[in-house]
Amino acid sequence: MTQAGSDSPAAAKREYDGAAVARGTIYSYTLVQEPAAEFAAQAPFYLALVELDDGALITAQLTDIDAAVSIGDRVEMVTRKLTTDGDRGMIIYGYKFRPVMT
Amino acid sequence: MGVSIVGAGMTPVREHWSSGLDELAVEAGAMALRDAGLAQVDALYIGNGYGGAFNRQAQLGSLLAARLGMEQLEAYTCEAGDASGGVALRTGYLAVAAGDLRSVMVIGVEKATDIVGAARTTARSISLHADSESINGATLTALAGLLMRRYMGQYEVNLSQFEGFSVNAHQNGSRNEFAMLRNQLRPGSFLQAPMIADPVSLFDGAPDGDGAAAVVLADSELAADLAPSPVSIIGSAVATDSLALQDRADPLDLRAVRRSAAKSLEQAGLAISDLSALELHDAYTVLTALSLEAMGYSDPGKGWQWARREGARIAPKGELPLSTFGGLKSRGNPGGATGVYQAVEAARQLRGQAGENQVESARNILIQNIGGLGATVATHILSVPAA
Repeated sequence: MTQAGSDSPAAAKREYDGAAVARGTIYSYTLVQEPAAEFAAQAPFYLALVELDDGALITAQLTDIDAAVSIGDRVEMVTRKLTTDGDRGMIIYGYKFRPVMT
Repeated sequence: MGVSIVGAGMTPVREHWSSGLDELAVEAGAMALRDAGLAQVDALYIGNGYGGAFNRQAQLGSLLAARLGMEQLEAYTCEAGDASGGVALRTGYLAVAAGDLRSVMVIGVEKATDIVGAARTTARSISLHADSESINGATLTALAGLLMRRYMGQYEVNLSQFEGFSVNAHQNGSRNEFAMLRNQLRPGSFLQAPMIADPVSLFDGAPDGDGAAAVVLADSELAADLAPSPVSIIGSAVATDSLALQDRADPLDLRAVRRSAAKSLEQAGLAISDLSALELHDAYTVLTALSLEAMGYSDPGKGWQWARREGARIAPKGELPLSTFGGLKSRGNPGGATGVYQAVEAARQLRGQAGENQVESARNILIQNIGGLGATVATHILSVPAA
């Protein structure tokens, strides 16, 4: 057994600075009025292409929207329920994006 | 070996509540055989995008060959979503061009109305990227909305500037008895249409329909015996791009449109200025604008300018006739049958059978069939000799 040194996990900084949260800007968005059956109960909802800060594009719904959406808005990734596999099937979780709190 | 269209047939695009997929396909196929003066071909290739999802029916080759009275025929489906018809035409073209077969039939068929509403949207979504698009609630129309919103933002274009594409399509479709939506669009009404996936509205996106279209292809020697003035296929190409929009370096750059158009033009030995008319896959107006840019008719961000003056520039008598039978917007979008409808329509145009929508002295027509939003693109050039 070795003693925990200053570079060991036990001594690591514990304050979370949020850097690991996927953030990006809205590349484009639309309001989906006529979705597929699995998403009918949620309509209408916003769908977006989000340009992540590392440059990748990702397709996702927007959530927690209570103001007008615009291209270039800052958003962050959150875990949300996407849909349910039939009436009694598994709940399918995934990612959505919400406005970055300022 | 040169390849010609020697027979063509199609059903109207409708909600054909009383006809099954097989009945529609047989009706169009029998018409094309009669038109060609043949009872038998060497193979049958079927363009169908959603038979498994809409109709719970696959193996259409076996089903339809027997129904057309050609037992034991080589017959199978070619699938690429809404580009299924175009890739089936490509397959038929290759078989004859290679010299392996002398005559083949290509049937495009879709029977969408076996299911309705949100269930049909679910079924249609099999042609999207399942793990990045459909799972997140995307539909084809929603993805078109994303493209159009980005286009409008990036290039500072207003919604009203796309209107001429739809006005022209409906004007032409109103004079085509095979078209599904034969109403004309009053200028100004485009902006009032209900939104499906803002900014894509009901007057922007094409309606799903049922239908079947068929062509008989033959090698040039056989064609000369069968038809007094056969229509030649002088260019044929298919190209693909990433299935998901998010995986493209620039979603507004339809690379597969550019590549398949360039390859077919190169094969035909033509420049875009040699084309008499285009039948583009106008399922959404933004696809038309982006296609015109990718093909070299406009600089990026300027393709919408072809819709100016209520579509006068793209009318049958205009500079660049588009959607001369109504396109997908007015003739209707019969899914995997679309690419074969375009071939039948272009053949009629080149044979001088387009009625009020006739393009004068039409010699070379490019037809373009898109799966997804540019994921698969089949481009063909049909031609007749100078009169």
